[in-house]
Amino acid sequence: MRAEIKNFQHEQYYFRLRLGFSALVVILLFSLLAVRFFYLQIKQHDHYQTLAENNRISLVPIVPNRGLIIGKNGVVLAHNFFVYTLEITPSKITDLEVTIAELRKLVEISPLDLKRFKKLREESRNFESVPIRTHLNEFEAAKFAVNHYRFPGVEIKSRLFRHYPLGKLGSHVIGYIGRINAMDLAGLEKSDSLSNYKGSDHVGKSGIEQFYEPYLHGTTGFQQVEVDADGRAVRVLSSTLPVPGNDIILSIDSKMQEIAETAFGEHRGALVAINPKTGEVLAYVSQPTFDPNLFVDGIDVDNWKSLNDSLDKPLINRPIRGIYPPGSTFKPFVAMAGLENGKRVPPFSIQDAGYFTLANSTHRYRDWKPGGHGMVDMQRAITVSCDTFFYGLALDLGIEKLTDFVRHFGFGEKSGIDMQGEIGGLLPTPEWKMRRYKQPWYQGETVITGIGQGYTLVTPMQLAQATAILANNGVAMKPHFVTKIQQAISGEMQIIAAEVQDKIVLNPENIAIVRRGMIDVTLPGGTAASVGANATYSIAAKTGTAQVVGIKQNEKYNANSIDERHRDHALFIAYAPADNPTIALAVIVENGSHGGSVGGPIARKVMDYYLLGKQPGVDATPLASKAKPPGAIGASVIGGAAIKPGAIPEEELHD
Amino acid sequence: MINKLFQHLAKHIDSFLMTCLIFTLLIGLFVLYSASGQNYSRLFGQCINIIVALSLMWAAANIAPNQLERVALPLYVLGVILLICVALFGSVSHGARRWLNLGFTQIQPSEIMRIAMPMMLAWYFSKREGKPAIADFAIGGLLLLVPVALIMKQPDLGTAILISASGFYILFLAGLSWKFLVGGVIAFAASTPILWSMLHDYQRRRIEILLDPTQDPLGAGYHTIQAIIAVGSGGIAGKGWLKGTQAQLDFLPERSTDFIFAVFGEEFGLLGNLLLLLLFSLIIMRGLVIASQAPSTFSRLLAGSITLTFFTYGFVNMGMVSGILPVVGVPLPLISYGGTSMVMLCIGFGILMSIQTHKKLVAT
Repeated sequence: MRAEIKNFQHEQYYFRLRLGFSALVVILLFSLLAVRFFYLQIKQHDHYQTLAENNRISLVPIVPNRGLIIGKNGVVLAHNFFVYTLEITPSKITDLEVTIAELRKLVEISPLDLKRFKKLREESRNFESVPIRTHLNEFEAAKFAVNHYRFPGVEIKSRLFRHYPLGKLGSHVIGYIGRINAMDLAGLEKSDSLSNYKGSDHVGKSGIEQFYEPYLHGTTGFQQVEVDADGRAVRVLSSTLPVPGNDIILSIDSKMQEIAETAFGEHRGALVAINPKTGEVLAYVSQPTFDPNLFVDGIDVDNWKSLNDSLDKPLINRPIRGIYPPGSTFKPFVAMAGLENGKRVPPFSIQDAGYFTLANSTHRYRDWKPGGHGMVDMQRAITVSCDTFFYGLALDLGIEKLTDFVRHFGFGEKSGIDMQGEIGGLLPTPEWKMRRYKQPWYQGETVITGIGQGYTLVTPMQLAQATAILANNGVAMKPHFVTKIQQAISGEMQIIAAEVQDKIVLNPENIAIVRRGMIDVTLPGGTAASVGANATYSIAAKTGTAQVVGIKQNEKYNANSIDERHRDHALFIAYAPADNPTIALAVIVENGSHGGSVGGPIARKVMDYYLLGKQPGVDATPLASKAKPPGAIGASVIGGAAIKPGAIPEEELHD
Repeated sequence: MINKLFQHLAKHIDSFLMTCLIFTLLIGLFVLYSASGQNYSRLFGQCINIIVALSLMWAAANIAPNQLERVALPLYVLGVILLICVALFGSVSHGARRWLNLGFTQIQPSEIMRIAMPMMLAWYFSKREGKPAIADFAIGGLLLLVPVALIMKQPDLGTAILISASGFYILFLAGLSWKFLVGGVIAFAASTPILWSMLHDYQRRRIEILLDPTQDPLGAGYHTIQAIIAVGSGGIAGKGWLKGTQAQLDFLPERSTDFIFAVFGEEFGLLGNLLLLLLFSLIIMRGLVIASQAPSTFSRLLAGSITLTFFTYGFVNMGMVSGILPVVGVPLPLISYGGTSMVMLCIGFGILMSIQTHKKLVAT
């Protein structure tokens, strides 16, 4: 019994020893925990505090309203409205096909919608939400909302959509916005404005929308939102309101634009009308045109193909990107060069036999009028568009003097209009030819440059600007579309002032000679007499024809026997009222054959509206169609063939 | 009269232990209310769990240790049989075979082993008079390994660890030679590669992620990272009750159960954590005192094991939430939501109280 108790005590002693050891371990390990807590909650607290804040706070951009584009007459050309879109975030969806099939049972999704969705999906990242249907009506939106729980990763969103209410009208001026692509992103990054586009899906892609993007877009606002682990917003902590984009007010009157576009009828071509005193662009036509609304939401493949593959090239911005030989519309500028350089001091005149020859050559540079115009001085040479006169003048001037002078009128250089993508045309020089073709300049090439043929290429914009400079007595105003920029909130208006780009010092007497010649063009006996018929104001004008295909020496050009697309381009420049011009314009009608009879009436309608407020059809005096005086009809025919293309030797053209 | 009834009912309740338990349970209810997103039905459910658990604790406290000694063997045998049944016809949920369908209810036999295992080993060593021989430890080890192996196979790593721990504490307290202990540690280290190969892929991954949670921040590491952020962002005094952003905004997974400590640490901060450690320490120290004063070998081994197992629970859970131990599904004792764990713990405390309060009766 004693031994047992002793044994028990012994055993208990050892047990307590072990228990004590255990207690030590417990204290040790709990201390370890305490140290760990101290480390996390005191030493590293700031770090984890930040992480927790980052977890819970998310910056949500608030996209600003894009500024409006408004016409001179107050008509809105581009605005925004909210529409419901059905959007899918591909990364949140397990089986896209099934989801779409299920969605189609609820909401109509056309094959066209699907095509667009596919295209957009390829362009966007997997975690971005991509619209599959836009413009849902309230009923459809409600129908989906009820079934929303069945579609994780599919959402109804309310998006601000850009809309161009006038559709095809003036689409090359207004341009359009489109979804931001990789190239746009790179551009935004370069201009350091990427952060302002968080949340923005669209950016201006062409026209005013592109050029004035920094004004139109506005400043993105931000909302600090507390989010849960699924990214759902729980509450708003703070917000910085977005600043809406500025409204852009154009110098273009939508009514005038409409008249100009309608005047083209089925013809392709371009028209640019400028106020020579201010440089404001009054009308800007590129025909055919397109509906910019197609691009806003990502154009579908079919529409894109039909626009892009069309032989009519509706997407080409002809006034700044179309290049054409100026033809006889070049003559007034060559005339100014001759007068200013003292090569043709009045009363200089020639006896035109209907052709011009270089010394030591038998080759005849023919006038468009077989047999010639008889006695021709400078003024008459312009009026009747005498080729022979200008052949000789060009040769006397020499190519350098000629191009040096006309360059002041903006030829061969970008006009600096507020639109991207302008090209500079071509004003040839011997150095240029050597560089380009490794060949010397031939005299014959100087000769034909005098009548706007050969290498010279102009854009309609350049031609209009040159005409405006001529109309404004040599003072070049910077051409521009935008007259005012209005801040959306304050209403503060920034006026874009007229800006003198260049001043060519010209002798008023010389200007008067050219003007008189050009006025006579629209009077009986001129090449565009029909244009001036019944006009209550005087018009200074010049017709022109630019060859599309070369015609062999001795071959006769017959417009009717030639495929429509191979017919000559018709050109027409004018300014009015001739004594105090407020409008200068250039018209090019592709394959229109006759500058005076096709381009002229278009110009007349535009000038009538601008100067008199007269609308075609309203006042029943349409120009070409109504009874014309007999002389005018004859003039029209003559004017049509301002330059007989046969006059230009093919071997010279293709030198 | 009422006073007398109360005295009678509370005869076998250890007031110190009880006070600590009530305190801890109350804290638990507050945390759960916050962690469940102020869900009253959750809170109500937990109250039921606590009432059931405390009733069973009272019942266990009223059973004398020598009576417990008698049921040790049958309970152990029953537990092992049921574990074998689970292995053979258990129902699978979440990729693990843990439950046994009895037709009217489902039971989890591994939970029975949490009590049966220490009882069995305590009973076994109390039968060996004097200093236990090496052979006794070998048999004890075997008795431990069989159910642990069965539970590991389910797989249920958390429970397996806790049951191994409860068995190991008996062996240790029974006087397992230091030589074996040190040798065992060395042998364990040597056999790590073999054990590694026995682990399931997800278990291995958990250990890998533990070493570097950033390996998989959105997958397996997400739990740990979010829990550490929660605890760390709590600071000294915490963000305040119901104000933990990690908890309230759903960033913490399983925050009512295994990760409830992260909610606690976020909302009550370092001071709260230290208070909880203190409460746990008091419970453990009381348990160790009871063990050291226990009159019989069976009761002191059992009391020691129950106490140290409770410690293991707490340490493993807090360790995993604060990122120093791997994530092994172990709830925070007395705090985490869940009935089974609460009931088993309280039965354990009931046994402790029984050992403490029946001691005097034996002595007299």
